[in-house]
Amino acid sequence: MSAAGQLWPDATGRFGPYGGRYVPETLMAPLEELERGFAAARADAAFARRLDDLLHNFAGRPTPLQLAERLTAKLGGPRIYLKREDLLHTGAHKINNCLGQGLLAERMGKRRIIAETGAGQHGVATATVAARLGLECVVYMGTEDMERQRLNVSRMRLLGAEVVGVDAGSRTLKDAISEAMRDWVTNVRTTYYLLGSALGPHPYPLMVREFHKVIGIEARDQILRAEGRLPDLLVACVGGGSNAIGLFHAFIGDSTVRLLGVEAGGRGHALGEHAARLAGAAGYEGARPGVLHGAFTYILQTAEGQISTTHSVSAGLDYAAVGPEHAWLSGEGRAEYTAADDDAAIDAARTLARTEGIIPALESAHALAELIRRAPAMPREQVVILNLSGRGDKDMDILARYL
Amino acid sequence: MSQTTPFAASEPATTRIGRRFAELRRAGELGLVAYLTAGDPSLAASREIVLAAAQAGADVVELGVPFSDPIADGPVIQRASERALRAGTTLSDVLELVADLRRASQVPLVLFSYFNPILQMGLENFARRAAEAGADGVLVTDLTPEEAGEYRRILRGAGLDTIFLAAPTTPEERIERIAQASSGFLYLISRTGVTGQRDRLPEDLGALVERARRATALPLAVGFGIARPEHVRALVGQVDAAVVGSALVAEAARAASSADAAQAVAALILSLKSAGGRSAHP
Ligand SMILES: Cc1ncc(COP(=O)(O)O)c(C=O)c1O
Repeated sequence: MSAAGQLWPDATGRFGPYGGRYVPETLMAPLEELERGFAAARADAAFARRLDDLLHNFAGRPTPLQLAERLTAKLGGPRIYLKREDLLHTGAHKINNCLGQGLLAERMGKRRIIAETGAGQHGVATATVAARLGLECVVYMGTEDMERQRLNVSRMRLLGAEVVGVDAGSRTLKDAISEAMRDWVTNVRTTYYLLGSALGPHPYPLMVREFHKVIGIEARDQILRAEGRLPDLLVACVGGGSNAIGLFHAFIGDSTVRLLGVEAGGRGHALGEHAARLAGAAGYEGARPGVLHGAFTYILQTAEGQISTTHSVSAGLDYAAVGPEHAWLSGEGRAEYTAADDDAAIDAARTLARTEGIIPALESAHALAELIRRAPAMPREQVVILNLSGRGDKDMDILARYL
Repeated sequence: MSQTTPFAASEPATTRIGRRFAELRRAGELGLVAYLTAGDPSLAASREIVLAAAQAGADVVELGVPFSDPIADGPVIQRASERALRAGTTLSDVLELVADLRRASQVPLVLFSYFNPILQMGLENFARRAAEAGADGVLVTDLTPEEAGEYRRILRGAGLDTIFLAAPTTPEERIERIAQASSGFLYLISRTGVTGQRDRLPEDLGALVERARRATALPLAVGFGIARPEHVRALVGQVDAAVVGSALVAEAARAASSADAAQAVAALILSLKSAGGRSAHP
């Protein structure tokens, strides 16, 4: 079966061999309940209308597809379009998924929402939606991430969420997810776990993709209107993989459109120095298929199967596993994955700020860095869409150090 | 055994676990399953503590394989896992510990792990080495029967019991399926939540036990939150065994030396075991 042929996971929640449901037994019935709840919501026209209304009038969809004229001219390569997810309410694509799952939680009668967050964007979006819907909200965040994304911690608290610092392991996203899962396993009857990327046990990777695929649906329509044809290349950063799969999904059947995911290259190729799970071909060490946080996928780990710590300047990409659908697209050769390092991302953020007047999130800056590297060698008549997944306000403490 | 059971053809020969539970049923006693994290704080200390636990009357010992991301564990076992990993403990080391223990004791041994370390060793390789070392069964916290087809086939083929868990959220028809995938005993998670000591048993435990009893004839062991003699006493006549983990691990962690830890763990096991109706093994 080709990747284009499998747009839906099989009955066991697998994309090819990846995905599945590896969780403590306590979560199995709740995951089945979630799967049923999601299926019922998808079939409910009123749910779709409500979500649509919130996406338009609360979050600000559709987002523009902007031709980056000065960046294109500077690089001298393909015409570069930016999908401006950074213009959404709360400043990143994350709100798409949070509105969808927030309404689902409400529909399933759960009044308490928990979430993990790395960069804080998912936490802010969850806190925002919880406030908008009048739900209780608890966000788990590694203490290292709380330190480097302080602005978002304050935003979540202002929005009425409780932010719980997680001091275990690497004190980053991986540990926040573990702690959120512990909360869920404990309070599962009353609590909805609003997972923030295309990760985790089935049906999360599917559900998160479905709530983000609007990015690609809009972009496909917009580029056809602007250029009269499909793009040659899509570029997106890959943490867990939600913004990337959101952009890619509508184009997966278009075999002329190349898909490029950019992971965090951190500060070196050795295990522990980066967060590149699918970019092994580019020399990044330590990723093998395994099981973490409910799914079988590519994971940065030791030979003995202990999950490795990771490093990235960008908290949202700093995670040891990748969404199972990306592992599948990579295995099938439908999408290509590579990595950009910390320094390249910082440089790319500066370049976009000065050519286009847009300060990108450090996550999005990784995608940009790879495009900046490749564009000069690409034909000028080609067309590229880059997913600008978020804005950089949250990263100003870090970016200011490089002024 | 001379009688044939309906499953005789596909079931492995009864392990030490099955034999111990049969003895307990005959004697009308509540069994005690003792969980200890292997390699906490060292393999040598684990050896000493496990042997003391067996001597004090533990009917089954569960050896926890340390894992970097133990999502089903509370703080006590998380910290134990961190200590064991800091000491460099690997799954291979734990299997060597099993072999070493087996030379000194016939206590039934269950490996208690998250799935990834086993997957990375390779299911065939793991099953063969575990069986050769003298392990009797394996319990994987983040593996349910749905994902365990190959795992079960390979482990049973090696003569190992596959123990699965049922939870308060598990409906009755699921318990049946889980019990069918299980051998040795069925592990009942007493409450929704992670491992850790609690003040009292949950009120809805009786309902879970009843569902499980209707679903299977396998021995039932109840764990998560069981820490005190009065908890054990309340389970007598309800189930076949109580599983005690965090309370033992915390006891060992407080001790100043491995000898003290072994002694403290043995003392707690003696008091729990006598609450279950029997004193130390002769
Ligand atoms: C702006 C932005 N982009 C991308 C990501 C990475 O997540 P994903 O790969 O799920 O899009 C994050 C995560 O925090 C983010 O905040």
